[in-house]
Amino acid sequence: MSAYLKLDHIDKVFSRGAASTEVLKDITLTIDRGEFVSIIGHSGCGKSTLLNIVAGLTTATMGGVLLEDHEVNSPGPDRAVVFQNHSLLPWLTVYQNVRLGVDKVFAKTKSRAERDAWTLHNLSLVQMVHAKDKRPSEISGGMKQRVGIARALAMEPKVLLLDEPFGALDALTRAHLQDSVMALHHKLGNTILMITHDVDEAVLLSDRIVMMTNGPSATIGEVLEVPLPHPRKRLELATNAAYLKCRQRVLEFLYERHRFIEAA
Amino acid sequence: MTMPAIRNDGVTIMPAAAANAPVVAITPRRRPWRDSYGRIARDTAARVIPPLIVITLLMLFWELVCRRTGSTLPPPSKVYNDTKELIFDPFFDHGGIDKGLFWHLSASLQRVALGYSLAAVAGIGLGVLVGQSVWAMRGLDPLFQVLRTIPPLAWLPLALAAFRDGQPSAIFVIFITSIWPIIINTAVGIRNIPQDYRNVAAVVQLNPLEFFWKIMLPSAAPYIFTGLRIGVGLSWLAIIAAEMLIGGVGIGFFIWDAWNSSHISEIILALFYVGIIGFVLDRAIAGLGRLVTHGTSAS
Repeated sequence: MSAYLKLDHIDKVFSRGAASTEVLKDITLTIDRGEFVSIIGHSGCGKSTLLNIVAGLTTATMGGVLLEDHEVNSPGPDRAVVFQNHSLLPWLTVYQNVRLGVDKVFAKTKSRAERDAWTLHNLSLVQMVHAKDKRPSEISGGMKQRVGIARALAMEPKVLLLDEPFGALDALTRAHLQDSVMALHHKLGNTILMITHDVDEAVLLSDRIVMMTNGPSATIGEVLEVPLPHPRKRLELATNAAYLKCRQRVLEFLYERHRFIEAA
Repeated sequence: MTMPAIRNDGVTIMPAAAANAPVVAITPRRRPWRDSYGRIARDTAARVIPPLIVITLLMLFWELVCRRTGSTLPPPSKVYNDTKELIFDPFFDHGGIDKGLFWHLSASLQRVALGYSLAAVAGIGLGVLVGQSVWAMRGLDPLFQVLRTIPPLAWLPLALAAFRDGQPSAIFVIFITSIWPIIINTAVGIRNIPQDYRNVAAVVQLNPLEFFWKIMLPSAAPYIFTGLRIGVGLSWLAIIAAEMLIGGVGIGFFIWDAWNSSHISEIILALFYVGIIGFVLDRAIAGLGRLVTHGTSAS
């Protein structure tokens, strides 16, 4: 059986005039259905570019992305993205923001009433039904990100792409949302690809952690399997030997072997 | 009530004592109605009294300056006496251009409404084109930058030559005057649509028409309304000047006619109305903008 999602020898070169920078070099990765894979690396290593290529928002210079053996070149709801800064449309209510995607994706397959029910169902998955008539400016950062997740989930994506989804949140809210994402993954069994720079987050949520070397010409340095059974409990893991070992491996990779060298 | 401290790796954690802290319920006391009405009255007074004082002082000054014999302009008392009939009977119609001020103002407003509406539609359309397409911008922007500096009245002879009639020419002058700020502001608004919103639209796969209605217009609305507001001000400026030249019924020609018949008081009354209506138009567009862009600016 071939892989569910396959990133095949992806190169990405940004060129401006005569100057060109190779951002990504020879990225190959396969992801199985239902798997939760995190990509971790220092900032500027091109991990967001990689996610944009999978989303179809940027095109790879060489190589390509295969989803269920079909090449993807353009953005689409089968690879819904949860953006770092939530990207909710401020002139729409919470409900309308989710409904926008639902109306497009299920225009032909669901009736109006079914689309309404499906929108509310997805809002209830992230416990946001109570704020459905509020506008994004009236709810907190964590709530906005919940709505962003609901909007992505409501499109029934084959792969859910999370672009540093909790980066802009405070530590307590972040932990709370991580638990929500874990619960959703356990319940719905989505295939998830997440970009992060938080070691604990990567180990806690992922089945596999893809560690990227520093750019330019960043590539996959190491892939770590996280051999912890789901569902995982944050508090129990704090003393779990396997968890600590995984955490140690990632930290070693990031801070010893591929330390971030700031441009002086 | 004693609770043992929990020992854990040498860290002592004292559970918080469940003390019976007194809970005080504060029943919200209704503010006596006299208080709240008093406050409203005070707020209103604070807004209304200063301009009233300034206006009274200015009127007094004007009265004193223009009362002297040999003064070229009439004092306010004379303006009021001369124009009493026009003020209290704005609806008379003696045929021709001998009509009440209401008819003159409404004729001017109709021209503005027509010319400005056309400018709004065309301006937003062109603005979207220039904002969205780099080639359209490169091609059209230099042209716009030159054309927008042409004074409104300079267009009038050309319009008269083309249309051979005063009415469409006046409407054209309003159109050509108010369209530039609408185009330019719309284009800026379109160019400033955050990439995030474009990404959302791409992932959801909105088609171009849906993108226009659901993303572009709401996102650019604050800019578009800035342009519309500047545009309505300019069109009101232009109509007075244009009407002075084309004649017929309209507040512009009313002023010119009053000057030719040396009815200076009528000019002053007309200026008062022109100012008030310009102010109302500006506020109306601003209010409409606030209504439409409700929630757009905050993210």
